[in-house]
Amino acid sequence: MTQLVTDIICPFCGTLCDDIEVEVSDDGKKIIKVTNACAIGAEKFLHAQSPDRIVRPRMKQEDGSWKEVTYDEAAKYTAKILCDAKKPLMYGWSSTSCEAQATGHMIAELVGGVVDNTATVCHGPSLIAVHDVGIPSCTLGEVKNRADRVIFWGCNPAHAHPRHMSRYSIFSRGYFTTKGSKSRKIIVVDPRPTDTASVADYHIQIQQGRDYELIDALRVALQEGPLPETVAGVPKEKIYDIARLLKSGRFVTIFFGMGVTHSLGKNHNIDIAIALTADLNKYTKAAIIPMRGHYNVTGSGQVLGWQFGFPFCVDLSRGFARYNPGESSANDLLMRGEVDANFVIGSDPGSHFPFKSVKVINELPSVCIDPHMTPTVAVSKCHVPVALVGIEVGGSCYRMDNVPIESRKVVDPPAGMLTDGEFLELVLTEVQRIKGVAA
Amino acid sequence: MTEILIKNGFVFDPVSGIKGDKKDIAVKDGVIVESVSAAAKVIDASGMTVMAGGVDIHSHVAGAKVNVGRNFRPEDKLQAVYEPARGVRHMAGGNSVPTVFKTAYKYADMGYTTVIEAAMPPLYARHTHEEMRDTPIIDQAALPLFGNNWFILEYLKNGEIDNASAYIAWLLRSTKGYGIKCVNPGGTEAWAWGLNCMTVNDQVPYFEITPKEIIAGLMTVNESLHLPHSLHLHSNNLGNPGNYQTTLDSLKIAEGFKANNNFGRDQVMHHTHIQFHSYGGTGWGDFESKGAEVMDYINKNPNITCDIGFVTLDETTTMTGDGPFEYHLSALNHLKWANTDVEVECGSGIVPYIYSKDVYVCGVQWSIGLEMALLAKDHMRCYLTTDHPNAGPFTRYPRVMKWLMSEKARDEVFASMKAEDKVRDRSTLGSIDRELTLYEIAMMTRAGTAKALGMGKKLGGLVPGMQADIAVYPYNPETASDPEQIEYAFSNAKYLIKSGEIIINDSEIVSNGNKQTYWVDVKTNPSKQVEHDLREMFLKYYTVTERNYEVEEHAFMKNPNVISIDATQ
Ligand code: SF4
Repeated sequence: MTQLVTDIICPFCGTLCDDIEVEVSDDGKKIIKVTNACAIGAEKFLHAQSPDRIVRPRMKQEDGSWKEVTYDEAAKYTAKILCDAKKPLMYGWSSTSCEAQATGHMIAELVGGVVDNTATVCHGPSLIAVHDVGIPSCTLGEVKNRADRVIFWGCNPAHAHPRHMSRYSIFSRGYFTTKGSKSRKIIVVDPRPTDTASVADYHIQIQQGRDYELIDALRVALQEGPLPETVAGVPKEKIYDIARLLKSGRFVTIFFGMGVTHSLGKNHNIDIAIALTADLNKYTKAAIIPMRGHYNVTGSGQVLGWQFGFPFCVDLSRGFARYNPGESSANDLLMRGEVDANFVIGSDPGSHFPFKSVKVINELPSVCIDPHMTPTVAVSKCHVPVALVGIEVGGSCYRMDNVPIESRKVVDPPAGMLTDGEFLELVLTEVQRIKGVAA
Repeated sequence: MTEILIKNGFVFDPVSGIKGDKKDIAVKDGVIVESVSAAAKVIDASGMTVMAGGVDIHSHVAGAKVNVGRNFRPEDKLQAVYEPARGVRHMAGGNSVPTVFKTAYKYADMGYTTVIEAAMPPLYARHTHEEMRDTPIIDQAALPLFGNNWFILEYLKNGEIDNASAYIAWLLRSTKGYGIKCVNPGGTEAWAWGLNCMTVNDQVPYFEITPKEIIAGLMTVNESLHLPHSLHLHSNNLGNPGNYQTTLDSLKIAEGFKANNNFGRDQVMHHTHIQFHSYGGTGWGDFESKGAEVMDYINKNPNITCDIGFVTLDETTTMTGDGPFEYHLSALNHLKWANTDVEVECGSGIVPYIYSKDVYVCGVQWSIGLEMALLAKDHMRCYLTTDHPNAGPFTRYPRVMKWLMSEKARDEVFASMKAEDKVRDRSTLGSIDRELTLYEIAMMTRAGTAKALGMGKKLGGLVPGMQADIAVYPYNPETASDPEQIEYAFSNAKYLIKSGEIIINDSEIVSNGNKQTYWVDVKTNPSKQVEHDLREMFLKYYTVTERNYEVEEHAFMKNPNVISIDATQ
């Protein structure tokens, strides 16, 4: 007899679907079937079952081969490199629970580390823009229940957040949007003809990197101000049309992704997108929501916020929290050669950082905590495989709209395997011992 | 457990009626006792003031909007020194929106041991509890928001009080909440369409109910559930010139209601940050105080309590479940604006604000709060808050005490204002020479607030049997002469004991304590209708499943303290 576990959150993307159902074997050890999840989400669950999974910590040897060690030995190594370092970088955090993040931050405080999360290479510019201009936003249920005008700007949920459109933003039927997608006008702004654009009412094929100009033009068009014939490759009539369409809506939502955060202009693009949203509130109701990637990158920003006051790039090396993206951010530190140990959890900088940074990691004393074999593992000295948060252990996670949802345990991890939280506790205890402070 | 004897202090305790007599206070096993053995640790409090631990009835210190405030204002960290870790203390920073560690340490330094988070959006309850779990030392509880909740709007519109009661009991249990908070009833729902409800008789769009009906309905439910605290109301039209009429209309809804509970609470309505609701004039030009009128009404109606929300003339961060208010505030000061509308339930907004003493409106706001507190006849019903951080950071409570206790200190502020004459002209503060006593301060900050929260049998006093939360301040009421001593002493408790444990010893925090989280578990008759509606609502209109809504006590509380009530029959 198999058992069905329901109301599971999917620990893959920031959509954080929480209606996943998983069929597990009688003994609670094996996942048999995953329903409700999209293809990527389902794959994440099934991947946990892969027979070649690495289940014990390993240290890299001189010749590049791996030697198995115990969790205690791995924790001692981790504590030592962190304590020996003047400015250890503790990076990642986006695929682990808030509880594990909190434990990690206590380690960082004791060793004077720099804590940065994956926002540094995705929505960091959005966080900076929020410092400048704030953010009128709402929960995804508000979009589902009320939004009759939805913009996707520089993002492609059809691929990156596959169930976003059906759960919240296009097809879902809500209290005041009973006709689903027929209740809404969908606008996609993207230089590429994406799969999301193909289901939109309007696809604005903006010239690459000209986001700021087009948003600015929309702000002008809201007031029926003068525009040149074309802006960012878009004819002015179309811009006026879109502006009128937005004004005539009852509830506008703008979703934006990396196409805006990391094209020319970066945080300034978001500044003005938020300003456009604020402007729209003079005519109707409007909100803006970043399409966060990792399922708990938002949580990392939250925990850092309540513990230290800043959402990413938090430098604790001077004994108090400093924050200066561009200076205290992971890549800047790596490229300037300022860090002397590297600690990674819940992310894969080996795949996403510039080659120059990865080369530096390769030279440093380093540990990577990750259930899988990743490019980051390949350049680290110590690899600590752990149970998968959201599949083999529960914990709090935050959705892209900051709504916290508790992830649940579905199956047992492979025998003898620790969770992130448990391993970090071991490291914390060891750091406390080295530093001679009370637990 | 340890025994402690606090010897020879000047004790101020409204619960037992002690007004500054020299007295010893004994502690054993976490509670106050008549006497202890010779083995007790002795704290010499000679020449010092002894009070029960402070109980803050209304503060925004944990949860989604507070954290937006922290994360969207890096500059707030520059307003105060970022304190490094030392001893048991973590590094701690922020000024108007401090980190959770700083929140705990500063409240402890002020001799406070219990703090109520005054607005918890139910969908974000888990977040609020996570922050409270990470906040050491102080005991906490949070009030979920109900005034714009779709279930409530529907049930109250249809007169289904039993269903509203069953739903509220369910929600308190699910979110581990403490009581019924109502912010801008109907107005925040209207704000989801960019609208607002400005009077108690405005219709909520689509839901066809008025703020008046929401307030009356929530009070009825509150008493039928016998909750420890009353309805906690932030009424409509906050912060606008001329709003005192709306406030009086809102307060009047309490007429005829009677408290029904076993917790020693007398009021049926607690109106919060009343200062923001006591404005006269038709615009900012003729803005003036109507504090005297509003306080006069409260003085005459013993079934109402209030806290003030004193403006402290600082740069701060405003944050409230009153979404439309924050939008209008941002239109006024052109600073950054954050807003979050929450599906089915509520909303909130955040805007930085600078209360400059050189801006006459801010000066008048400052005088209205003090005026009202000085005109209050019963300080067991009128409490000290800054609606932290809205009217100013909570760290200014000692400064507010100084203003309340010293006319000289108030005159100094008046004299420093650019528009002194105009400010003096717009309120009666300048003509009030009353100076509150330490005994009245103890009412405003512990005895009264604990009573209004339904915690009066356990907290807020120094009677044997009560929880041993005790603050010792370096203030000698017999010899102190300079008002500045008040501010210093109440910012720097010499000793603090919480649940019998020494937290501050000789001005140094020595323990993170064993913080408790209070929540209320009310048993009601089952309601098939509510069960059906919950299923329906979660399936159709929420974006989380019903099962994922509940905040699990074991995961989110270090030390839960459940108040169980049987409201069946
Ligand atoms: S949309 Fe994202 S959260 Fe939802 S199932 Fe797919 S990967 Fe998982």
